[in-house]
Amino acid sequence: MQAFMQLNGLVAPLDRANVDTDAIIPKQFLKSIKRAGFGPNAFDEWRYLDHGEPGMDNSKRPLNRDFVLNQARYQGASVLLTRENFGCGSSREHAPWALEDFGFRVVIASSFADIFFNNCFKNGMLPIVLSAEVVESLFQEVEVDIGYKLNVNLAAQTVTTPTGKVYPFEVDNVRKHNLLNGLDDIGLTMQQQDKIKAFEVKHKQAQPWLFV
Amino acid sequence: MVAKTLYDKLFDSHVVHEENGTALIYIDRHLVHEVTSPQAFEGLKLANRKVWRVNSILAVPDHNVPTTNRSKGVAGIADPISRLQVQTLDENCAEHGVTEFKMNDMRQGIVHVIGPEQGATLPGMTVVCGDSHTSTHGAFGALAHGIGTSEVEHVMATQCLVQKKSKTLQVLVEGQLGNGVTAKDIALAIIGKIGTAGGNGYAIEFAGSAIRALSMEGRMTLCNMAIEAGARAGMVAVDDTTIDYVRGRPFSPKGQDWDKAVEYWKTLHSDEGAKFDTVVTLSAQDIQPQVTWGTSPEMVVGVDGKVPSLDLAKNEVQRSDWERAYAYMGLTPNTPIDEINIDKVFIGSCTNSRIEDLRAAAAVAKGKHIAPNIKLALVVPGSGLVKAQAELEGLDKIFIDAGFEWREPGCSMCLAMNADRLEPGERCASTSNRNFEGRQGQGGRTHLVSPEMAAAAAVAGHFVDVRLI
Repeated sequence: MQAFMQLNGLVAPLDRANVDTDAIIPKQFLKSIKRAGFGPNAFDEWRYLDHGEPGMDNSKRPLNRDFVLNQARYQGASVLLTRENFGCGSSREHAPWALEDFGFRVVIASSFADIFFNNCFKNGMLPIVLSAEVVESLFQEVEVDIGYKLNVNLAAQTVTTPTGKVYPFEVDNVRKHNLLNGLDDIGLTMQQQDKIKAFEVKHKQAQPWLFV
Repeated sequence: MVAKTLYDKLFDSHVVHEENGTALIYIDRHLVHEVTSPQAFEGLKLANRKVWRVNSILAVPDHNVPTTNRSKGVAGIADPISRLQVQTLDENCAEHGVTEFKMNDMRQGIVHVIGPEQGATLPGMTVVCGDSHTSTHGAFGALAHGIGTSEVEHVMATQCLVQKKSKTLQVLVEGQLGNGVTAKDIALAIIGKIGTAGGNGYAIEFAGSAIRALSMEGRMTLCNMAIEAGARAGMVAVDDTTIDYVRGRPFSPKGQDWDKAVEYWKTLHSDEGAKFDTVVTLSAQDIQPQVTWGTSPEMVVGVDGKVPSLDLAKNEVQRSDWERAYAYMGLTPNTPIDEINIDKVFIGSCTNSRIEDLRAAAAVAKGKHIAPNIKLALVVPGSGLVKAQAELEGLDKIFIDAGFEWREPGCSMCLAMNADRLEPGERCASTSNRNFEGRQGQGGRTHLVSPEMAAAAAVAGHFVDVRLI
């Protein structure tokens, strides 16, 4: 997994609550058996005016100019600013894959759906929870400041605005460590394989019907 | 001894290792489908890893499969990308020796229907699947939740999942449901009350006399939609209803194992005096048949209600959500729900495609006919075995005589990955679980309801209170 340490990134505001993973990456693109290449179809139904299907040349499709991520000032954004309960609904990991492939490494919201939140950490992305008030003030700042960037420092657990306001955020220690070092979860768990085997023996004795 | 919740018992009994508040928990059952597994199998191959315990996995294609003619098998799937995904599952399962119910196997169906049907979901288990509706299996007093593809690979390789303990939320539903009011209505009423983020960070235990009175099918419907309330896991304590359902199924324990299992399963309930982080209470008598009006399951009212007006929104964020929802759904505030006409009807999905659901819908449709404005009314059984049982009872004939189409099992128009979908602007009464924008097809408008309410809407051509017909 790619590590995440620090980022000074252009911010794109997506001013909606309850953005679901069906919106982030619509179902027709889930037919792919690959992990990569979902970026051009991130937010497909909001981003394009026509109906998207896998295999289309997305560069030739009509863009919805009203959709925020199509605006010139947000091209190259790596920080997505959004509202509460981001990533709700389907567990599809294609959602963080699409956001990451689009160029986002950080998502800031006042809350996240659990599965999406968890999936981000598996893909070198950092979801950050800030209070609804702070999120609101960031929306206001982005609106009036073209080229608005936020500095995100995972080690220090801070988000710093261009004017130097610093917002601390919480992150689980294990996840932080893994993200900072780009560690593969499976490799770490494999280090506990003796414990897994021992548990399995005991578990099988107690509930043999689970192992047939 | 400290009084424990059901969630505590299930979690604690599966901890392999714990460090800094993060646990490694052992997974008993891993259900797999074609959409979220190919990248996991590929990951194993790239890292030269093996599946830790092959007999913990049960696989089935469900999301992409056609619900019409399957006589040509997988090769007959018209969409080449869908076909490749189903073929890839077949190949991966064959390569690793994983048990798979292939597309034309009688036992094929929606992964969350076939697990319980086969006895592959048992009380006390930890169950995972790369699908958010895995919460369904909590109906058996199991700890079950959806995971992402990276975690699918992790469970395949290690039989474990890295987890932090959730907070606990008890949803108490006391009293008796009125006629025509179902588990689906309880689920939607709860989501209407606590919101789609209300369960974030929680494992929900559904309890109270109204829950005890539900069949296993009803409990599965309820737990299925725990994720729509934001909770990864929903569960119901084990009782005689649970044990009676599990008895005699293909994967259920037999002989002495059965007796030993039942003895253990009977301990799977929250102890007297166990503390929950939060408790929410609903009175069963107050629950009406529910109809969603918007683009989130929390945008829901009783069938006798109206599309709410903006002054009822709790804050600015919700106001703008509702404004977008009115526009997308083509509805104006204060429209009575029973004046909303529909174009299509979908009876199916992991929420409502079990035999009891089909019986309930058929009872409403019997001797009637779908209204002239209904372009398509689909009934998609949850599995081949549900389909066979329904046909044995003559339900297929009731539906066909009433103008419904009787299809092959799969996820179908719940998420429209196969050919079953809404066209832009079409309005659907659906027994599925999500009314998100585009969920059933780009521009499609979904209203979530129970099977009874869907059948009643099909007959009337608009929403109607099933209790009045």
